Amino acid sequence: MGLLQILEIIIPTAIFAAAPLILTALGGVFSERSGVVNIGLEGLMMMGAFIGAVFTFYGETWGLGGASPWFSFLVAILIGAVFSLLHAVASISFRADQVVSGVALNFLAAGLTIFLVKKIFDAGQTPYLNERIFKSDIPFLFDIPIIGPLLFGDAYITSYLAVALAFVVWFIVFKTPFGLRLRAVGEHPMAADTMGINVAKMRYVAVMLSGAFAGLGGAVYATSISGNFTHSTIAGQGFMALAAMIFGKWHPLGALGAALFFGFAQSLSITGQQIPLLKEIPHVILLISPYVLTILALAGFVGRADAPKAIGKPYEKGKR
Amino acid sequence: MKKRYGLLMSMVLAAGTLLSACGSDESDSGSGDKKEDGFKVAMVTDTGGVDDKSFNQSAWEGLQEFGKENDLEEKKGYNYLQSENQSDYRPNLNSLVRQNFDLIYGIGFLMQEDIQKVAEQQKEAQFALVDSVAVDADGKPLENVASITFKEHQGSFLVGLVAGLQSKSNKIGFIGGVESELISKFENGFKAGVLTANPDAEVTVQYAGDFNDASKGATIASALYGQGVDVIYHAAGGTGSGVFTEAINRKKNGEDVWVIGVDRDQFEEGIYDKGNNKSVTLTSMVKRVDTAVFEVSTQTKEGNFPGGQIVEFGLEENGVGIAPTEDNVSEESLEMVREYKEKIVSGEVEVPKTAEEFETFKSEK
Repeated sequence: MGLLQILEIIIPTAIFAAAPLILTALGGVFSERSGVVNIGLEGLMMMGAFIGAVFTFYGETWGLGGASPWFSFLVAILIGAVFSLLHAVASISFRADQVVSGVALNFLAAGLTIFLVKKIFDAGQTPYLNERIFKSDIPFLFDIPIIGPLLFGDAYITSYLAVALAFVVWFIVFKTPFGLRLRAVGEHPMAADTMGINVAKMRYVAVMLSGAFAGLGGAVYATSISGNFTHSTIAGQGFMALAAMIFGKWHPLGALGAALFFGFAQSLSITGQQIPLLKEIPHVILLISPYVLTILALAGFVGRADAPKAIGKPYEKGKR
Repeated sequence: MKKRYGLLMSMVLAAGTLLSACGSDESDSGSGDKKEDGFKVAMVTDTGGVDDKSFNQSAWEGLQEFGKENDLEEKKGYNYLQSENQSDYRPNLNSLVRQNFDLIYGIGFLMQEDIQKVAEQQKEAQFALVDSVAVDADGKPLENVASITFKEHQGSFLVGLVAGLQSKSNKIGFIGGVESELISKFENGFKAGVLTANPDAEVTVQYAGDFNDASKGATIASALYGQGVDVIYHAAGGTGSGVFTEAINRKKNGEDVWVIGVDRDQFEEGIYDKGNNKSVTLTSMVKRVDTAVFEVSTQTKEGNFPGGQIVEFGLEENGVGIAPTEDNVSEESLEMVREYKEKIVSGEVEVPKTAEEFETFKSEK
């Protein structure tokens, strides 16, 4: 097996697993940059996966055909934003502990989604979806020699959407007035307030954006990878996204890189058993390699991660 | 002062809990009269849930059939409790004991340890464990647990024949959930089947290390298909749904790939063209948990509870076999399956269960 063939196995699977993580991590960037910790990403993703599966299924019956997953994405974005309002109200208006309210969101989502699935389908899981996001070669880019088939062959379009959105988010956070305000609110809300920025409003918008992105991430997972929704569809991906965001130093492109790195490590651990040389390594070592690589990367190469200064602290007007 | 009230309060609470526990014990001993107004049977699902389209669902279908046959009322006469976590197993089992069910099923080998513990504490209750053998601390079978197992290697052998005959690339894959004695029966039976039908075919085996991770399943499948494998047999529960996703994707792009399902007829899971009812599922190795549950329930009702025994369901008892949907299976394969089914039932062919047995099987070829 040649090197190129090995890469052709590893790289597409790395990109494939990373898309939902990238999207959710981007949501985390918005929320945390504004100073609100969002442990609830897992729950928001779960909600998104649920909505994604349910509305794709109904989209099929309503005759939307191939557009049904995309339709479900829109609904998932909307519902994700609305659902995250619970976290926003509790942690911004009522100044509750943000971690606790985020955890509450996770529990609520886990219970609510399964309850609703039971109510709607009278079963513990949704039916299998027929209209999914299917793999295809990306036109034009696929024809580039060598890297074309590596990066753009046989892949989900949603993966590229996620990568593109990472750049969009980077532009919004670092190059627009809105982004500047967002970061100001997260670093020093009192200073921002004195400059006439409505801190509560900015934080509400940021948390809702995080809900929208996490919802999209969950819906992408359901429609491209799992193909239905069960209680175990989202099991830890939200937390991995959170880790990717911190790993990426609260930076959209950093989060993108971290999510891709996670995907790569995961893919290596699985496909390694098919690759000469790596095949000789005991199975267990390959399986733990993603975690070892992550620890090494965090400890050795990334350096200090600086969280936004005001993260986790509710803002009270006029308090010193 | 306040503290003292607090202490008093907690004493009362503690006494209350203790007493209520006594209460349920009493009703336990009073279950003698209750048994007369009908046989009651229940099951605890593993984390897959009662409609996992796999063995939990199959077990529940068996119970429902048993209930219908005997005019039992759902919830009262036959019931199930769902486990969301591994930590739910023990409370669920205990709760059914307290509700005086005459026979309590634990579905899945993941429940083995919990059912052993509960069975040791509740000597009066009768349990049945599906997919594994319950033993006490000394390794002796527990008298109040019937262990139901399947000869999965026999069913896997049959689907192995189909895979061997219908693979065009002569490269075949096997994806297992977690490495264990049980999954090794699937693996070795399958390999033996492939070897019998097509000695040139090569079987690549990989374990996911997880029964519930669809994205891992898809990644492994992608790696296998990428190397030219064209038939994959999965024995990996929820991880397997990722294998189907990957196969459907490839089929849509014109590649000729197949998946062999497990535990029940997984034709529906592999449908990629609904209009023409086309599926990537070549066939499935079905495990008739429903037959087993029905049989053991009937025996117990008649007073022949097979406690302490291992009840094995194989081809002969119709406990395993290939799926009824045969759209994608060639006439030649079906012929061979029929032929070997007879040979296995008559004992002419002994299907290997473990890696060592497979090696001897291979050397005898």
